[in-house]
Amino acid sequence: MNNVKLMLYATKLLQPMITLYSNGISRQQLRTTVAKVGIPFIGILVFLIVWAGAAPKIDTSLGEFPGPGEVWEQTTNLYAEHQRERDREERFYQRQEKRNAAKLAEDPNAEVKIRNYTGKPTFIDQIGTSLYTVLAGFILASLIAIPVGILIGMNKHLYAAFNPLIQIFKPVSPLAWLPLVTMVVSAVYVTNDPMFSKSFLNSMLTVLLCSLWPTIINTAVGVTGVSSDLTNVSRVLRLNWWTHVRKIIIPSAIPMMFTGLRLSLGIAWMVLIAAEMLAQNPGLGKFVWDEFQNGSSNSLGRIMVAVLVIGFIGFILDRSMLALQRKVSWDKSVEMR
Amino acid sequence: MNTTHLELSQVSIEFPTPTGPYQALDQVGLKINRGEFVSLIGHSGCGKSTVLNIVAGLYQATTGGVILDGREVNSPGPERAVVFQNHSLLPWLSTYENVELAVKQVFVGKKSRADMHDWVMHNLELVQMTHALDKLPSEISGGMKQRVGIARALAMEPTVLLMDEPFGALDALTRAHLQDSLMEIQRELKNTVIMITHDVDEAVLLSDRIVMMTNGPAATIGEVLDIELERPRNRVTLSSDPFYNQYRKAVLSFLYERHGQKEVVERVERVEKETDESVAA
Repeated sequence: MNNVKLMLYATKLLQPMITLYSNGISRQQLRTTVAKVGIPFIGILVFLIVWAGAAPKIDTSLGEFPGPGEVWEQTTNLYAEHQRERDREERFYQRQEKRNAAKLAEDPNAEVKIRNYTGKPTFIDQIGTSLYTVLAGFILASLIAIPVGILIGMNKHLYAAFNPLIQIFKPVSPLAWLPLVTMVVSAVYVTNDPMFSKSFLNSMLTVLLCSLWPTIINTAVGVTGVSSDLTNVSRVLRLNWWTHVRKIIIPSAIPMMFTGLRLSLGIAWMVLIAAEMLAQNPGLGKFVWDEFQNGSSNSLGRIMVAVLVIGFIGFILDRSMLALQRKVSWDKSVEMR
Repeated sequence: MNTTHLELSQVSIEFPTPTGPYQALDQVGLKINRGEFVSLIGHSGCGKSTVLNIVAGLYQATTGGVILDGREVNSPGPERAVVFQNHSLLPWLSTYENVELAVKQVFVGKKSRADMHDWVMHNLELVQMTHALDKLPSEISGGMKQRVGIARALAMEPTVLLMDEPFGALDALTRAHLQDSLMEIQRELKNTVIMITHDVDEAVLLSDRIVMMTNGPAATIGEVLDIELERPRNRVTLSSDPFYNQYRKAVLSFLYERHGQKEVVERVERVEKETDESVAA
């Protein structure tokens, strides 16, 4: 049964190629391919031309505004720097191992230590840090926001109690939270053997505080929108509270829930970059700030690389949520926009 | 076995409105025997759905009550299964899963897994829907959805089956098909059924008794008509049957000659809608 389904699916996926193979390229297909690939390509091309033309006309104290060429150069530079740093790190550990092995050969009871490499984080490292932080904050926020949204959506009184709080906290800028979060974290999180660094907690909590609200609100709206017919079905069947939530409420609310989650993730990503810049917490935001402070002739190009990477990652994150929604939701009609 | 199975005893209901309470039903009294097929007919907004919802336990009567097998009922339960007007299938569950949800809920601890599966399949066979087990409601036609809704209700093994204009949203041909199916199922299972309808032919064709309701506000039972036509009934032969046509005429004259005024209809519909919303919240 499943195999048949899989086969069907595969055939469907391969359909364009199969028809291509059997008929050659038809006019219609050519037209759709051009529309799908060609037009966005033209859009990007026009943007690059305008950018390349305008960039040299903008003079800054750090030289000309970087054009596409320079940005590409800096991209390769940043990647090469990353490779070099990795090499250095590897050699550092190799040297250490060799030393320790020699020590142990001399005296089997000798105490050996492995010291951590403390090189400067590269651009790629910063991307990793940012992604890790944003996902941690977002997932934690969602784990809080979805249950809260379901509860206040199901209960009028809870909704009335929470609504003013949500409305007031929702528009607060992350930068206003940041000093408070920093002070609270350094006061409360005192341990000699920290599992997470304080800077990670600061960024993560700021992201969390800002990405709660869209998910809460949209989930609550989705839950209130459960059709009264389905609620009646549930009452006739005498579903208990938990089954009612699992079988009726959550599936009904899933499309709205995902709308909220996508908004939250978008906000989380924007907030994180700002928080990292302001608090000097490791991540892409810090990279941008460091380059700005550095003020070399390459700085603007490197910042531009970061800007594009930030945008691209934001895009990928949104697409991933959409893909997840398509996988989880029963409502397959959701548009991939 | 002509003993009273279900009794509506002096049922009245008031809905709160901003302009004071609105009395939708006044002193509705009705006794129904086991295995009887009763239709409630009346103009839209006369409160026939409200009667059904009170029997289902979805609404609470302000005064009076519903007695089923000697016990008062005031909350919903699967022994009074409802076939809703707009099928009310869960859109994220397949045909099979929609019926299965009900079966699992009603027969938990009473049937084994395999028996439950057989019971789901049996009920889907009754409504001839076994060909679309894995289809979602959005992938099947309106008539098919209603069939699945009927299968779900039957699968609860209800003592009373409540049908709220089950075929109201369907085209005439599909409706005729489903009516025939329902008569067949009814011949086999001999359920007690209360069906709401606004279709005179449907009422005469399917019912043992037709309960005609007056218009609201304070709607109540106007007349009760016993339909003494032989079963099985065939719609084509009946169409030239003098008794059948007399019954039809009786219902039509009640509806259009004696209780034809419709001024209040809109107001009642509005109130009912508001109540629905507040009940849902």
